Amino acid sequence: MAFEGIGAAVKRREDGRFLAGRGHYVDDMNRPGQVYAYIRRSDRPHARIRNIDTSAAAAAPGVIAVYTGADMAADGIGGLPCGWQIHSKDGSPMAEPPHPVLAIDKVRHVGDPIAVVIAETRMAAKDAAELLVIDFEDLPGVADIRAAIAAGAPLVHDEVAGNICYDWHIGDRDAVEAAFARAKHVVKLDLTNNRLIPNAMEPRAALGECDIAGHYTLSTTSQNPHVIRLLMGAFVLHIPEHKLRVIAPDVGGGFGSKIYHYAEEAIVTWSAGKLKRPVKWTAERSESFMSDAHGRDHVSHAEMALDEDGHFLALRVSTLANMGAYLSTFAPSVPTYLYATLLAGVYKTPAIYAEVKAVFTNTVPVDAYRGAGRPEAAFLLERLVDTIANDTGIDRIALRRANFIPADAYPYQTPVALQYDSGNHEMTLAEALKAADYAGFPARRAEAARRGKLRGIGISTYLEACGIAPSHVAGALGARAGLYEVANIRVHPTGSVTVFTGSHSHGQGHETTMAQLVADQLGVALDQVEIVHGDTGEIPFGMGTYGSRSLAVGGSAMVKAMDKIIAKGKRIAAHLMEAAVEDIEFKDGAFRVAGTDKSKALAEISLAAYVPHNYPIEELEPGLEETAFYDPKNFTYPGGCHVCEVEIDPETGVTKVVNFAAVDDVGRVINPMIVEGQVQGGVAQGIGQALLESAAYDANGQLLSGSFMDYTMPRADNLPNITVGTEITLCTHNPLGSKGCGEVGAIGSPPAVINAVVDALKEYGVRHIDMPATAERIWSIIAANRPKMAAE
Amino acid sequence: MPKISLKVNGKAVSAEVEGRTLLVELLREKLGLTGTHVGCDTSQCGACVVHVNGDSVKSCTMLALQADGADVTTIEGLAQPDGTLHPMQAMFREHHALQCGFCTPGMVMSAIDIVQKHPEGLSEAEIREELEGNLCRCTGYHNIVKAIAAAFPLMHQKQAA
Repeated sequence: MAFEGIGAAVKRREDGRFLAGRGHYVDDMNRPGQVYAYIRRSDRPHARIRNIDTSAAAAAPGVIAVYTGADMAADGIGGLPCGWQIHSKDGSPMAEPPHPVLAIDKVRHVGDPIAVVIAETRMAAKDAAELLVIDFEDLPGVADIRAAIAAGAPLVHDEVAGNICYDWHIGDRDAVEAAFARAKHVVKLDLTNNRLIPNAMEPRAALGECDIAGHYTLSTTSQNPHVIRLLMGAFVLHIPEHKLRVIAPDVGGGFGSKIYHYAEEAIVTWSAGKLKRPVKWTAERSESFMSDAHGRDHVSHAEMALDEDGHFLALRVSTLANMGAYLSTFAPSVPTYLYATLLAGVYKTPAIYAEVKAVFTNTVPVDAYRGAGRPEAAFLLERLVDTIANDTGIDRIALRRANFIPADAYPYQTPVALQYDSGNHEMTLAEALKAADYAGFPARRAEAARRGKLRGIGISTYLEACGIAPSHVAGALGARAGLYEVANIRVHPTGSVTVFTGSHSHGQGHETTMAQLVADQLGVALDQVEIVHGDTGEIPFGMGTYGSRSLAVGGSAMVKAMDKIIAKGKRIAAHLMEAAVEDIEFKDGAFRVAGTDKSKALAEISLAAYVPHNYPIEELEPGLEETAFYDPKNFTYPGGCHVCEVEIDPETGVTKVVNFAAVDDVGRVINPMIVEGQVQGGVAQGIGQALLESAAYDANGQLLSGSFMDYTMPRADNLPNITVGTEITLCTHNPLGSKGCGEVGAIGSPPAVINAVVDALKEYGVRHIDMPATAERIWSIIAANRPKMAAE
Repeated sequence: MPKISLKVNGKAVSAEVEGRTLLVELLREKLGLTGTHVGCDTSQCGACVVHVNGDSVKSCTMLALQADGADVTTIEGLAQPDGTLHPMQAMFREHHALQCGFCTPGMVMSAIDIVQKHPEGLSEAEIREELEGNLCRCTGYHNIVKAIAAAFPLMHQKQAA
């Protein structure tokens, strides 16, 4: 039998059903008596609702019910909760205005849900929603972060002065000021991190059911069904856990956008309870654009103080972060603890000070999107480092090497709270330069120049934090829940194994990777292990999948549960073989008495555990099933080096990524095929952010990029082949040594791409270019600088 | 409501449809063939691609009425009755060309059409260009392109030119 354990590129077991068209996504589900919800949303950014006339819609053919915010309020339904509380510099808690499920009195962004029509068919509901007569009083809106904090800006929430959610800071301001005072050089950079729309290919969907006894089931496109049960049950609909089951079946991509508790989940569940009929809602893509949480949207100013040799002395950063119109579940944590704590990057900058203002605007709520905070930090730092190289004339690689945290300095305490456990930046840099044939670049640039093309190469050496999170730390930082993960492992009487995990797979291949992990550790064949995820009715608890935490946290919980299984198995084996427990060893799926040839296979022990004739019943509970909660001791710190090579056509401004090499340190790898795929997918999203994607609003808050016709998703011919390598150091504080691989691609790549674009354009005097570096933006720069160059 | 008759995955079916019913709605909602997905509302993403009379078609952009009398193949109709995968399905699995699986049915149907329409062979750049009508958010396309290239010799019984 081929090796299928830890480290094997096992083909995915999920693929069989997906390739046959037998996946089981929420919109594929249909229940007897099912009815359909269609949500009427605001088409304006900011308006008072004077009146909603539902009479014509309610009388339309096939319509069963029409509900508005007033109906939900009358039922005592609360607003959507936020899971994280940040405190401002002055100690005051962040502004946390109500987030009604259906709008009450006011709409605050295009897409804000106003009313739901429920009908016998989807089309009947949609037709009737057109008959709702809503009397709006338009108000001035604001979409841009800088405009929102200007004096006299429209207020998104009347009670939130200046639209400031919080004004937060981290680091030692005095030490930074002192370092700047004695610096030889100061390099400054202003930059934006563009707003993105996640666009998982499966639009969000939710199916609510309620039986006659008041047991609710919600099937939803979620990355974390237990979190939805907790938030919706406890804070919104007041349904206790034993009467609420949340199922997240096959989910077609998430990238963060399916973490949050959304209004539609509460709407279908509540409506199902009122109507005692299953209620299904499926987003049209246009709705996704205006109702899925968006990502990024920062404006920052950064300054680095340097000594005469280019050593970083201190970093000073000030950032404005867009929260959108309401606080989404994790939103406040993203530009603070997932961003500013990463501003040391891979560098031993001794003093760092960052301040972050979070701002309300009349836009869709902004929350974590693949990388969440860390791409913003990596982009700022890696652009700043290249700008320092540009301004001082120091070679960009020498500059990085001079400032790297050396491999022997680990564990390393940064000046912004985090303590990195392991890493080797020299190693990933060296391997990436080799993989990209960095040394051969000048020849390729010269060859491109002969063809009239501008070629550039860019690197980024980045680090991020995954595996959220050590619960006491998260709590101290404002998380309203600990971030444990749970595994329940059931060894059946004949030795096969079912693993119930609180992690959720929506493309990551957990059913394969996690089975490999458990099969390897318990010494059983891979086909003897089944992974169950995504159902609160089957799995004890879980915090779900985000922040690349499934293996580092969820997998560690499995190891902990297996340790308990093995410990119990040893006691059973000791009894059966009449040996001391201390003399029993477990290896390759068998319990052996050390120093003898006596052994019992796991299946013999499990059979004895369930249906014993001979069992130490007075001392040991029968059965072989264990549950473990794992609380990470620290974050994990994946990192690496990405090298991007671009070619720009100066006639059109079109940038083609011609080579991309990523060498990442993701800790121990269970399935290298899956890791490679995760990195490639992340890099594709990073290239999309750098060159193509932009969620565009007009000044008032009207969404301009509301479809795939307007929002440029990366297509096959926009992307290169992506070379992926791994060079690992082990995580030192979890039992697997794994760090996480889901986000590295999206974090390391945008600065590598933009550094390459700036490199290609250096003869045009370009020092920085904001994302997305579209053909139009690049062509304009070339056109504006061409006469000057010609005159010189 | 008008009644239409067509062949889907080799079986004769008939259904009453509204004038505005889309082919994809007929497949998913009336025939229970939920392997064909809807990923957008502007005919951009390609998750809904099926074959109609041998051509790949975005089934969100064709009325069910237009499929009256047609021969339609969906993702469910590709494998042999014994479960043996079509070479394109097999190569998608072999090369890890899918992650969340949502774009996969449309991607596979498009990929088969691309290879069938190019018996002379396909370069990597041509495969990427031909995939213009299908969006994938997970894979970065790298492995999809590899899978299509690998399926070519299996489908044409020869190496790509």
